[in-house]
Amino acid sequence: MNIHEYQAKEILAEYGVKIAEGGLAYSASEAVQRAREIDGSVWVVKSQIHSGARGKAGGIKVCKTHEEVKVAADALLGKKLVTHQTGPAGKMCSRIYIEAGTKIAKELYLSFLIDRSTERVIMIGSAEGGVEIEALAESNPDAIKKIYIEPAVGLQDFQARKMAFALNLDTTLLNHAVKTIKGCYRALRDLDANSVEINPLVVTESNELVALDAKMDFDENALFRRHKIAELRDNSQVDSREVAAAESGLSYVGLDGDIGCMINGAGLAMATMDMIKLAGGEPANFLDVGGGASAERTEKAFRLVLADKNVKAMLVNIFAGINRCDWIAEGVVTAVKNIDMKVPLVVRLSGTNVEEGRRIIAESGLPIITADTLAEAAEKVVKARNEKVSQMSKGE
Amino acid sequence: MAALIDENTRIIVQGFTGKIGTFHAQDMINYGSKVVGGVTPGKGGQQHLGLPVFNTVKEAVQQAGAEASIIFVPPAFAADSIMEAADAGIKYCVAITDGIPTQDMMTVKSFLRRFPIEQRMMLTGPNCSGTISPGRAMLGIMPGHIYVRGNVGVVGRSGTLGYEAADQMRMLGIGISTSIGIGGDPIIGSSHRDILEKLEQDPETKLAVMIGEIGGPQEVEAGKFAKENMTKPLVAYIAGLTAPEGRRMGHAGAIISSAGESAAEKVAILKDLGVTICPTPSLMGETVAKVLAKM
Repeated sequence: MNIHEYQAKEILAEYGVKIAEGGLAYSASEAVQRAREIDGSVWVVKSQIHSGARGKAGGIKVCKTHEEVKVAADALLGKKLVTHQTGPAGKMCSRIYIEAGTKIAKELYLSFLIDRSTERVIMIGSAEGGVEIEALAESNPDAIKKIYIEPAVGLQDFQARKMAFALNLDTTLLNHAVKTIKGCYRALRDLDANSVEINPLVVTESNELVALDAKMDFDENALFRRHKIAELRDNSQVDSREVAAAESGLSYVGLDGDIGCMINGAGLAMATMDMIKLAGGEPANFLDVGGGASAERTEKAFRLVLADKNVKAMLVNIFAGINRCDWIAEGVVTAVKNIDMKVPLVVRLSGTNVEEGRRIIAESGLPIITADTLAEAAEKVVKARNEKVSQMSKGE
Repeated sequence: MAALIDENTRIIVQGFTGKIGTFHAQDMINYGSKVVGGVTPGKGGQQHLGLPVFNTVKEAVQQAGAEASIIFVPPAFAADSIMEAADAGIKYCVAITDGIPTQDMMTVKSFLRRFPIEQRMMLTGPNCSGTISPGRAMLGIMPGHIYVRGNVGVVGRSGTLGYEAADQMRMLGIGISTSIGIGGDPIIGSSHRDILEKLEQDPETKLAVMIGEIGGPQEVEAGKFAKENMTKPLVAYIAGLTAPEGRRMGHAGAIISSAGESAAEKVAILKDLGVTICPTPSLMGETVAKVLAKM
């Protein structure tokens, strides 16, 4: 789960990381009020959306007067910001963060993340901050320092010092750097974060170490024990269909194609989407209904898939283990009856109680196309989609 | 003995008396697995499904000779249960539980590394469908009837995609020696590589199938291991050709986060390593059949 920059900064500040003075605003007048409260003559107005690369997309504006703050706030609030990380749909900016301008002497990079291959937290730093670390990793890998942290003992001071030296920090900043680095690590460990990224971490002209940006991502599986973090969730930053799916215990990812999918198991779902693509179609979504798919859940899944107006045909592919094909079949029949389905439906059932499941579908009298194998299912749904599309174009 | 379990492996169920534990314990017993009891702290001394319940895994090892364990404990307590099993001397543990926090798994792996290799418990999962040696024993939640006994070893992250592979092979009359689900989480007990090592050592396995996904470095590491250390042929399928970058596809581990993690990149690297690639998920059975025909 991602959170906003201002939220990450508040958390890191509690762990001893220095941040610039700032405040949150939901309106232009509030923004001006925040600017008045902050000393100085330069303010930065920053859109709060769940995406990096906001600066390049015009989401960060430097202002020299209160009037400029007002204009900047008006320009950002209520608008969708499109960065190269948000996709073409962009993300709605409904809050902005007003921060005191910082005089930057040097920009650095610092991050912590859980490394899957070594099963440890890895600390990554570079004296070349302010650029994307992925780009730096390609152009100048030697400029990146990586330090692995042993989970049983945690980050040691000498490791933090090693990083501080790798960042080419002045020795007068050493203690402050150790405090900052250890603070980030403790925040990650204490709060079940998957990653903490400060880009850039800056040395100011007055020789202080300040987090100019902050990004944290949290483990969804651990939110049950991190109530305060769970409260930071901002559903306006997530695809509304994914929010609805999560509330029903379904795993959904919206995609750009027009063949709706309902499948059990993440691996089978990905494989089925591959088959659709190979058959010449494009999946509209990833949807894993999981084990124990009840009739109610099946109907919810149908509604979710069909809420996407792009969908021209739908495929249900279930390999029943804990699930039983007869339960699924009943759920499908009920869903089709309850929802006025306007697009063709292909159903492929396999596994536990498959004969019974196929019988229920056949005897329902509903116009459901059935398939026995994965390949057949993909071919049939692409064919049904093409027929639907040509029908629609004739209709127009 | 098959790669990891057989009909004589003495199994306990952790989270035995819960609804899910009860259901799958009964299913495993019906399949023929030698379940010798279960563990539910505080319910020791009771009988459940006609078998003894123990307070601790240690008691189950001492009194019932438990060697393998399967975990149905809820996510908040599952890591603790895995470490208890390792401490009690269980040899092989399957963690079915879905939703264990990543940092808990980091702690589990760190705990396991403290044991010398020869005393270290083998763990598969969490968030997996378990392990089956068809016709002999099932330590998992899969539909046992779709598996036929034979000589193909299967390792995969996904449960249902593993069923799909087993079903395609069954239709072509190909049997399975052992099928192992390693789970979809970012940090898991055993990697594809670890399992390939077991399948290479297993005399009943003639050919190995790896069913991979987008995300993480595991499939490529397994491919390198196969090239350097395996005498048996390896067939692989990687799911997620259509997956967009940076989006989590159901499994927490299935997210393309860096170079070399997309399906197309993994396929290209594996091909270079001499692995036979199964081009589509509907051809898993046929690809295996072709390789077997050449042996």
